[in-house]
Parts: sequence; C-alpha cells; structure tokens
Amino acid sequence: MTIQEKEDEITAEFEFLTDWLDKYELIIDKGNANKGIDEKYKTEQYLIEGCQSKVWVHAEYRDGKVYYEGESNTEIVGGIISMLVEVLSGETPDAILDAKLDFIEKIGLKEHLSPTRSNGMLAMIKQMRMYALVFKEKNA
Amino acid sequence: MPKKINFVSANGFTEMAIDTNLIRQDFPILQTQVYERPLIYLDNAATTQKPRCVVEKIADNYYKENANVHRGVHFLSQVATEAHEAAREEVRKFINARHSHEIIFTRGTTESINLVASSFGRLKLQPGDEVIVSQMEHHSNIVPWQLQPGVEVRPIPFAEDGTLLVDQLESLITPKTKIISVAHVSNTLGTVNPIKQIIAIAHAHKLPVLIDGAQGVPHAKVDVQDLDCDFYAFSGHKIYGPTGIGVLYGKEEWLNELPPYQGGGDMIDQVTFAKTTYAALPFKFEAGTPDFIGSTALAEALRYVQKVGIENIAAHENDLLQYATEQLKAEVPGMRIYGESVHKSSVISFLVEGIHPYDMGTILDKLGIAVRTGHHCAQPVMDAFGVEGMVRASFAMYNTREEVDQLVAGVKRVTKLFRRM
Repeated sequence: MTIQEKEDEITAEFEFLTDWLDKYELIIDKGNANKGIDEKYKTEQYLIEGCQSKVWVHAEYRDGKVYYEGESNTEIVGGIISMLVEVLSGETPDAILDAKLDFIEKIGLKEHLSPTRSNGMLAMIKQMRMYALVFKEKNA
Repeated sequence: MPKKINFVSANGFTEMAIDTNLIRQDFPILQTQVYERPLIYLDNAATTQKPRCVVEKIADNYYKENANVHRGVHFLSQVATEAHEAAREEVRKFINARHSHEIIFTRGTTESINLVASSFGRLKLQPGDEVIVSQMEHHSNIVPWQLQPGVEVRPIPFAEDGTLLVDQLESLITPKTKIISVAHVSNTLGTVNPIKQIIAIAHAHKLPVLIDGAQGVPHAKVDVQDLDCDFYAFSGHKIYGPTGIGVLYGKEEWLNELPPYQGGGDMIDQVTFAKTTYAALPFKFEAGTPDFIGSTALAEALRYVQKVGIENIAAHENDLLQYATEQLKAEVPGMRIYGESVHKSSVISFLVEGIHPYDMGTILDKLGIAVRTGHHCAQPVMDAFGVEGMVRASFAMYNTREEVDQLVAGVKRVTKLFRRM
C-alpha cells in the first residue's frame, strides 16, 4: 500500500463517525494498539516537548526504508502518532518527504496540529520528515 | 439590568445571590453553540465574557467620541479626554484609591507588574538584592523580577492544601529584601491570600508590597486604602472589560519617587536634547497614546459589576465553587482537587487519576465545555505537586449550577472513555 492508500484507509475508517466522542474513541483505540517506543529511546534525546504534552519519536533505516516508533504521554496525541507511524513506517525517504499527510485534517483533527495547541505534534511531524531527509542524504 | 435577588434560606444558606437567567441575557456570546452543543464557558480565570453594554460602549466610543486625548483643543478631543479621565475616576472609586492620579492605565496586570519591577528596580534594586513572592505566583509575577539584574526571587511556600505559609514570611526577610510582591488570589489553586497581614508584616520591616490582583478584583471588594498596599495591579479583561486595558494602582508617594517606565508622548513636560522633564502623575507613567477606548469600556464594565454587586457575585461564585467541589469529589472516582484552602475563590483545578489534562480538556471541549488545561503559567505550582499540568474550571457571575452538573457529567464521561480498558 502506498502512503496515500494508507491515508485514505484511515480517512474511510473515520468517515462514518459523526459524533466527536466516537472519533476520539477510535483515536484512543489506535493509540492503545500502538506498540509505543522502545524504553531505551524514551529519553531526553528523543523527546519533543510541547507545552501541554510530551512526544518521543525514533526512526531506523533498513533496506532503503524508514521505520518509525513513537509515543506520547497523552492518549489523544498518542493515537495520532500511532496513525502517523502506521502511515509512514516502511516507506522510502522520498515517499515520506512527498507525503501530504492531510488525513489528519480530513478526519477533523487539524486543531491538534495548530502551533498554539503546543502539544508537540507539529514538531513531531517535522522530526519524522527530518529523519527521512537525513537517511536520504546519508545514503545518496 | 439584572434584578438582585438576595434572600437567605431558613438554614442561613444564601441560595441565589443573583438571577443568572437575567444576567445571561446581557452576555450574547453565552448563546453560542460549539460542536452543536450549547457552550459552557468555564475558563473565566483566563478571560471573562463581556456584557452587551461594554461591547456597545466600545462601538459608541468609536462612533461618537474618538479623538486623541490630552492634546487637542478641538471639541472631540476634549470629549474623549473627559471620558478617559472620568474612567480613571471610576476605577479610583472602584478600588477606593485616595487620588485618581494614583490610577495608571496599562495594558494589563503583566504590564503593571513589569512597570513596577522596572521602575522600582532602577531606583532600588542592586545585584544581590532579594524580592519575595509566593510559590503560587503566575509567571507574570516572577519573571519581571528575575529580569532585574542579579536580583534573587524568593518564594513564600504553601501547604499541601494550597494555603500560603505566611508564618514563614518573617524568616524570608533579610536586609537584602527590597519589596514583596504576591498574588491576591492564586490563578491555579484559588487560594485567597491574607494580603492585609502580609502588607502589615512588610510595612513593619519598611518594605513596600505589590499585590497581583488579576484574580482578586473580579471576585471580591478591594479597598486599597484599607489594605494599605503600595501597588495593586489588575486586568480589565478578567472583570468583564475589554482586553488590552489594565490598571496599576500606586501610592502617590511611590509613584512620585519612581522613575518613568517608558518614554514618549504624553509622559513629558519639557523635552530638549540636553534635558527632559516629566509630566505629573498619572501621565508620567503613560507614554504614548493611551487606550482611551479601553479605559472607558473598562469603566462601563466596573459600573456593570457594581450594579450586580460584587458581594452578590462573590456569593454566587462561592456557591458554584462549593457545589462543583462536592459534586466532582462525590461523582468522579480518582478525582483530586488541587487547592482546598479554607479561603478560596472561584477556580477549581483538578486531575482524574490516570488521565492526562490534555486528553480531559480535548474531550470536554467536544462536549461544549471550555476549561483550561496545562500549567496555567504557574509552573512552580505544578512542580510543588509533581504534575505537568492540571485541568481548571473557573466561574463567573453568569455560570449556573446546571453548568456545573454538565461539567461533572462531562468529566465522568471522559473518565469512562479513557478507563474502558
């Protein structure tokens, strides 16, 4: 599946949930299904500190593809991270750098990406792209 | 105007100090629907909503009385100047200052405190000097003092229930202490501090006191002469007035002694390149065109508050606070309320065990309930309790017991959502 197809799949999952609470229930479920980040990466070095929540992200490069793991100390941000990991993991740096990631907006979670929300989400997406860029440069 | 209903039930319990049905009609924004649900606005400690008369006053000023103050000889300028100075007098009456020139208009509490820290700092603070604050201060009453070179900021600690340990104040005072600056009411814990006692102790040591009244003035009658404080700061927007206007009260003796804060128009007497002399009070501290629209709208807000009655507002908010505290504790397993001082004002900060405040706030928002989450600009308070953030509900005159019920139901719903595993 391409990144776009994975994004579309998530969008479809949310499409029929009209009540906000149902949407958030699904986000929380996704967060709970996330295997999280290896304890050894849950350190200052991999921490993206928002004003309201903490986010850890780490990536590895294997056989031309990037594999992410991420976690948050809040369940909602954790759920969004889990979806981002699902969408981007196992893809090439080029595909990741080209990804639109507009499913977050489509499923109605745009507010969590607002810089004023200060939950570390924006910085995390930037960090995920940064990993892809670095792996791409290193292996060019 | 809202009709005052002031009756006390047989058991002595004031049932309804004010008629919220009537009051709510004065606040059009309270009819807002969010996510197809009625808005329940419980973020009043951050900012209050504005009654129609305040909004209309702003529009009216621009439509009818807009001209720069203090300089024009023309008709409109004089009308605007008179309105601006009448607003100053309204503020003076509201906090019972001795003179209207002891009322300095600022942008808000933060600027008021920065003004004192900067001007007092230049006059009195040397590296190594100390400023005493409390451990429950908003960052706005910590950082301005830390900006003074080499100055040490020492906090009066608080007890587990959020009560300030005033008995420790004496031991914190040293020959290096130059000023004491404390909150009237904590924005996080709701604690009403014994400021009169603090002021008396400080004055016995010949130390001036600044009171951060951002959370005080909207909820209690403030009489600066009775308190005998040297400075008192508050914001218009937290007392149903507009944003961008605030007040610094300072005793005449202090304001005369302190050097100006900012330079520019309106604050000067004579300017030459060799020497500039400054205007008399209060203009010495009001550089640039003042917010004369904001000042008159603030005066309108203060008149509104007085018509409802600050004591009535306080009694009503206290009822909501007690009710919310009881209900949250009784209905929500794992509920912890931070700040349970006997003397407490209308904010209630809490956490439900195992639920992050960001998660709680996000879902409450989707239920139409506006609360504040995070560290509330009081990180030392968060550190004291070893938490990263809290959820805060704060009440104003227009909130109702039904809204408290909705909050409690909302918190229960969120708790169920996150605990269903």
